[in-house]
Amino acid sequence: MRLRQLSAWYAALGVLLALSFPLPGIASAESDNRDPTAPRRVISMNLCTDQLAMMIAAPGQLYSVSNLASDPSMSMMAKQARAYKPNHGLAEEVFLMRPDLILVGAMTTRTTVAMLERLGFPVVEFPFENSFSDMRANIKRMGDALHRPERARELLARFDADLAQLRKRPGPRRTAALFHANSYTSGVGTLANEVLKAAGLDNIAVQFGLSGTAKLPLEKLVMAAPDLVVTDTTWEGAPALAQQVFAHPALRALEATSAKAMSATNRWICATPHLIDLIRDLSAARAAVTTIHDRSATRQ
Amino acid sequence: MTVPMPYPALIAILSALVILLFGVSLLTGPAAIGFTDSLVALVSGSSTDAVTLVMREIRLPRAILGVMVGASLGLTGAALQGYLRNPLAEPGLLGISASASLGAVLAIYTGLVIVLPLSLPVLALSAAIVAVLVVRLLAGGRSDAASLILAGVAVTSFAGAMTALALNLSPNPFAALEIVYWMLGSLADRSMSHVWLAGPFMLVGWGMIAILGRSLDALTLGEATAKSLGIRLDRVQALVVFGTAISVGAATSVSGAIGFVGLVVPHLMRPLVGSRPSRLLLTSALSGAALLLTADIAVRLIAPDSDLKLGVLTALVGAPFFLWLIIKTRRTLL
Amino acid sequence: MSRLSLDNVTVTLGDRKVLDRVSLNMEGGEFVGLLGPNGAGKSTLLRTITQEIPYEGRITLDGKPLADLGAEGRARSLAYLPQIRDIAWPVSVTEIVALGRLPHCRPFAKMTMADGAIVADAMERMDITALAHRRATELSGGEMARVLMARVLAQETPIIIADEPAAGLDPAHQIALVETFAAIAKSGRTVIASLHELPLAARWCQRIILISQGKIVADGPASKVVTTENLSCVYGVEAMLMEDAQGLIVAPIRLTPRTS
Repeated sequence: MRLRQLSAWYAALGVLLALSFPLPGIASAESDNRDPTAPRRVISMNLCTDQLAMMIAAPGQLYSVSNLASDPSMSMMAKQARAYKPNHGLAEEVFLMRPDLILVGAMTTRTTVAMLERLGFPVVEFPFENSFSDMRANIKRMGDALHRPERARELLARFDADLAQLRKRPGPRRTAALFHANSYTSGVGTLANEVLKAAGLDNIAVQFGLSGTAKLPLEKLVMAAPDLVVTDTTWEGAPALAQQVFAHPALRALEATSAKAMSATNRWICATPHLIDLIRDLSAARAAVTTIHDRSATRQ
Repeated sequence: MTVPMPYPALIAILSALVILLFGVSLLTGPAAIGFTDSLVALVSGSSTDAVTLVMREIRLPRAILGVMVGASLGLTGAALQGYLRNPLAEPGLLGISASASLGAVLAIYTGLVIVLPLSLPVLALSAAIVAVLVVRLLAGGRSDAASLILAGVAVTSFAGAMTALALNLSPNPFAALEIVYWMLGSLADRSMSHVWLAGPFMLVGWGMIAILGRSLDALTLGEATAKSLGIRLDRVQALVVFGTAISVGAATSVSGAIGFVGLVVPHLMRPLVGSRPSRLLLTSALSGAALLLTADIAVRLIAPDSDLKLGVLTALVGAPFFLWLIIKTRRTLL
Repeated sequence: MSRLSLDNVTVTLGDRKVLDRVSLNMEGGEFVGLLGPNGAGKSTLLRTITQEIPYEGRITLDGKPLADLGAEGRARSLAYLPQIRDIAWPVSVTEIVALGRLPHCRPFAKMTMADGAIVADAMERMDITALAHRRATELSGGEMARVLMARVLAQETPIIIADEPAAGLDPAHQIALVETFAAIAKSGRTVIASLHELPLAARWCQRIILISQGKIVADGPASKVVTTENLSCVYGVEAMLMEDAQGLIVAPIRLTPRTS
């Protein structure tokens, strides 16, 4: 009862505010959209839905993305994101933007989402992706939400074709370990594990029986001595203890026998078709491992 | 009647305990390596062998730092208690550890350490020196328990807030989470480079405190009597301040702030040495090392996957002990 | 024999002169009683000699300024019992008394047999041998005072400075204390003790210095200093004085009636 009264107040307040501050862009938002029922003023509040929306939305359809989308250390589309109005995930600012569709991720603050729903905004939520099939489902969902299913199908078709081609790359499978900041790794049931698999690499975290994101103690990594160690290059300009483990002499010594691949955090965060570039690079790193081993074989 | 244990026997027992725990620490870790394998690898393995790598580059520095950091905390706790004639004095409670953390945080997160590795211990111990001087200043000439503890609380919260600020200002998202490390301490994944960086400073600090035995004994009877016994109080103050700041500063710069060791250890040892401040020094250093090694073995056994912080364990033992001490010394506090 | 001299010693606290141009000479072999009411400057005078507080003027030992002697040198010439009796840790009584040997031992060196004998003798003199293994913090006030005095004796210095050593002692131990002091003085050493116990001072001290408001009012043998006029003037008490073969007997009997 009280809640309903409260939301009525909010609505009244909103009308007042909207009347007193006419917002820019209201008239031009619908320009290129042919489907009259399609959302015309879309706001995305999550780093990953930001990127999918930018890839799928029609010109002018997407109005605002989260401020993280323009952070190059997290986003793959930082440059494109600057064309949109940034939001900081606050219900208040999103309310004032008067969207007709709000895209949120599973990580978006629950209370914020609940409030926006109570205020009557259409909200579409995208679950967290732990596999390629989760990613496919989310891309389809985005296509439907934005009334652009054909664009979603197009992206998926290209991804599938590229992936099929990468899987045909020659060379034996190799073992690999993901070694992220604070000695974390990704095991069974993670997107990162699928990426490694697709690149022809066997994840040692899986051999250790780790699932999800889990600690991989440095000494276990050293003992396992995988063919390839994939570490994180992000934040080199801003040091923290989390990355000190990359400078550990034991890890350095491991490089004498294993190959090392570096990849930035932003490439692993979101399940988007950009993953294909990551798989391509890892696959190339796998090929490089082959040559190192050949060299040591010929030396013997 | 107090019947303290014969001093040489006590030293021998404590030394044996430290050596035993050092060995156990070397044998504890997530990678299952056999007893003989690990010892052989430690002594005569080849440098590229994985077991040797684990033993020499991961477990050995961790065990060495366990001994050195624990000894520093125990020794400085005994020295501070003797000098301030106060059973509640301890590097953690007086804000020395928190300030050293702040110094280390400034060195690491500004990237200064990458250019100049020595800046890590140096900045940490400089901040620790400032902390000791500020606590002395705030508490005034008198070193009664209440004003010391209040001064320590003030310095600790200020240093903690500045540490949090420095970590929050870092663009690295991991930095903000590392406040836990700096407040509670850990020896996980330390390397020999940390030993070489902080070890010599700790040794220098120990040296400064080791020669204070007579002076601390004389201070049992107060400053006026100590002075009349030929003790130069300015020299004693300089040695305690710098010795404590240098060893705790260097220790904290590679392990984070670990509380309560310096408080608990001298109290456990005091009845065993007949309360003599000079005899408390070596015994507290040894039992500090034993306590920290035990805590570090325990965090690896209790929660091998979750990087439990050392300070959590020392606080579990130390905080109730601290409360008990407050109740015991309440008369002097009020 | 050591000769201690104070020459025009002045101590100023804020704008108050706590000691005002005090000059004194003490040859060896004297038990000197320092008398005066509360706040007269007795403790201040003793603490200038121990170099604990800053002062103007000169204090010399055998002609050499005490300030130039260095902490260790002073500790071998001068033992000091402060008024505040303060023991921080529950150390055994023997170990407290043994601290007196500190200035005579090299750093890290152990006490010798001779040191041990001196400690035992000091404990015997102060009648605390039976307390040897007790914790010093668990003693009664009088016992603690004797333990701390024994520590001073063990330091075996030519000069002993004691601030109210008799306070808190029972009559027997008070007499034992001043007899010890008299014996020490007989062996050629100097004892300077501030005392509130007029009967003790008058009967056992060879020399009494009476101070009031930072100035020496009288200085000399008890018979010259402890007079009814002096006591009335300085302390504001009327006293009965008698003399027997051993010395003076003083008994304060009432406050001097105020004359307005």
